[in-house]
Amino acid sequence: MASNMKAVKLRMKSIESTRQITKAMEMVATSKLRKAKDRAELITPGFTVMRHTLRDIAEGNLDFSSVYTRNPGNDKACYIVIAGDRGMAGGYNNNLFKYVERKADGRDFSVLPIGKKAYEYYSKKGYDIVSDQLADSAEKSISECFEVSKSICDAYKEGKFGHFQLYYTEFQNMMNMVTRRIPLLPLEDFDKKKNPKSEIKSIIEYSPDEETVFDKIVPEYIAYVLYSGICESLASEYAARRNAMESATKNAEEMLDDLSLYYNRVRQAGITQEITEIISGANA
Amino acid sequence: MANTFHLQIASVDGLIYDGSVISISCRCVDGDRTILAGHTNLVTSVGMGTAKVIFEDGSERMAACIGGMLSVMNGECRLIVTTWEWKDEIDIERAKAAKKRAEEKLAGQLDEKNYKIAKAKLHRALIRMQTSMGAK
Repeated sequence: MASNMKAVKLRMKSIESTRQITKAMEMVATSKLRKAKDRAELITPGFTVMRHTLRDIAEGNLDFSSVYTRNPGNDKACYIVIAGDRGMAGGYNNNLFKYVERKADGRDFSVLPIGKKAYEYYSKKGYDIVSDQLADSAEKSISECFEVSKSICDAYKEGKFGHFQLYYTEFQNMMNMVTRRIPLLPLEDFDKKKNPKSEIKSIIEYSPDEETVFDKIVPEYIAYVLYSGICESLASEYAARRNAMESATKNAEEMLDDLSLYYNRVRQAGITQEITEIISGANA
Repeated sequence: MANTFHLQIASVDGLIYDGSVISISCRCVDGDRTILAGHTNLVTSVGMGTAKVIFEDGSERMAACIGGMLSVMNGECRLIVTTWEWKDEIDIERAKAAKKRAEEKLAGQLDEKNYKIAKAKLHRALIRMQTSMGAK
């Protein structure tokens, strides 16, 4: 009995220290989440405007003189996957990886990982890693996005890859994070079904000419999409971690309650037994 | 009442302006351009320069506009910029300091990448100062 009680006490101690850690992690994630959420919310309206514009352009575009609008006839795909740097965020990283696999549907693809977890996962699985320059951290500035975007465009123009797709986790609210895919290049890959006006092809004037315009705006657009994806993913990661840690803390508290009840019961039973023994001994 | 059209100005810092305007002028890759209501569909790239927006009530506002794209689609004008600072929001002291720093850097030896960065910084500082001081 006494050894059992000691084991329970030890277990309670270890749960208590785990609870403290999860509680601390929850608090850290909450405060980081606030900042990340503000940033993600700030960028969203501008991003929506940008997407609409590009979609309109892609739809209205009848002229295929720009390399970005043509179908390159090259099936090699590169997926840009934005995951987190750390685990302990529930299914945040795994959901995304599973989503990517589902969307890839058995096709082969190369990966440009953003964030440590993405890099670890795909290098372990033996996928072709295009570049590990972004693997070090999931937090990127807009100027870094511009650099990546430039290298993406160059790789596309050189014909290394025929398709670029971005995978990230969209932050909807504290409880909902949705994995998403955005086709980046060629612009033809745009999801055209969503716009009811898509039958109307409008003539667009490009100034000074289409090639110059696309050469300038496409890298900017991609940098924008990347940055927005990174902001959203970061907010999602913190939200996922906060939720995971919150439920971990709650579980730990429940376990502690159960164990301390059990502990007290056992202790009381021991005392009762001793008293009974003493009384029966005195009576004898 | 003058003809107006719907203008949206967006950057990474969010939606800067969303509403009706009479005109917007800004520096594009091939020169200054003014958009009025009823403009044909247009897509162009925006350079660095001073932009001017004339609002519905006829009031004007200048801004430093740096990089991005301008599109007019079916009467909707969208301007997506890297940086957009209204004239009264420009920190002139900061721009001056940035100009000085960039000039000092350019005076020394630089590799090509850093040279480009310094040059771009100088250009941005000059645009801000120009806009802020009201010179066209």
